[in-house]
Amino acid sequence: MEAEAAALLGKYIGAGLAAIALAGAGVGIGHIFGNYLAGALRNPAAAQQQFPNLLLGFALAEATGLFGLVVALILLFVV
Amino acid sequence: MSTEAHDPFSHSPMAQFEIHRIVPMHVGGLDVSFTNSSLMMVITLGLITLFFMIGTRRASLVPGRWQSLTEISYEFVAGMMRDTVGAAGQKFFPFVFTLFMFILFLNMLGMVPYSFTVTSHIIVTFALAAVVFVGVTVLGFITHGVGYLKLFVPHGVPVALLPLIVVIEVISYLSRPISLSVRLFANMMAGHTMLKVFGGFIVMLGFLGGWLPLAFSVAFVGLEVLVAFLQAYVFAVLTCIYLNDALHLH
Repeated sequence: MEAEAAALLGKYIGAGLAAIALAGAGVGIGHIFGNYLAGALRNPAAAQQQFPNLLLGFALAEATGLFGLVVALILLFVV
Repeated sequence: MSTEAHDPFSHSPMAQFEIHRIVPMHVGGLDVSFTNSSLMMVITLGLITLFFMIGTRRASLVPGRWQSLTEISYEFVAGMMRDTVGAAGQKFFPFVFTLFMFILFLNMLGMVPYSFTVTSHIIVTFALAAVVFVGVTVLGFITHGVGYLKLFVPHGVPVALLPLIVVIEVISYLSRPISLSVRLFANMMAGHTMLKVFGGFIVMLGFLGGWLPLAFSVAFVGLEVLVAFLQAYVFAVLTCIYLNDALHLH
């Protein structure tokens, strides 16, 4: 019974730790949009061409954070 | 994988991802039942076929509404391929276009309430990514022979660093199908789980307190629609980049 309680504790703490990965995704997405905005204000003519790259960077940055969230969800619901 | 009755109003945020058999079938030891996942794929295929049949039925020089839609989707993927792969990739256009439309329609149909998101299961996205990975690798060896291995040796790297760089390049190459599949799967699953959890909070807040959170939830649905489109786009773009590697070696 003791071991089970410890396993449950570890499960929840681990899930919480894994969710910290999303902080990185937040930083990354903010960085991408901030830099895009800064660049677009300096040179509005070139902004439209780089819009697909912005979306690509957004999706890639978000995905790396979500890997951590998947680990958290696996810990919560599968393990 | 339960066979019990499916309860769409269940409170568990994970209940929406449950697969249940509609027509149970067993061939040998293999479970090849027709599930709700298969049903959504068939519906998707039907919708895509219908979309292009209506769009191209009375094709005219000045396109109507439907025809414009099909032409926009075609031109979108064709432009993306021109930018990333160039002229050599044009013969792979049908593959990338099919992949993009299939994932896009699956993601968008998953946004319909009480439907099922096929791409939220890693086995589906991994199968798609594995097809891309194996296809691109075979294509690279057909185009360049053993010279395809030069992909792992970047230009202008000091010889002393080569043992390290080559190992890193090989690992990053082998992790492509994993990152490609997990990215799509994680985005779809995390997004739908988040919507369900927030929806549960709104119900808890009740009829009086839930209006403002409800507005935010509607905004999140908009974000999820954007993500559903973006992930299909990212999957197609990365397929193009891998194709470009196989055809032009950096």
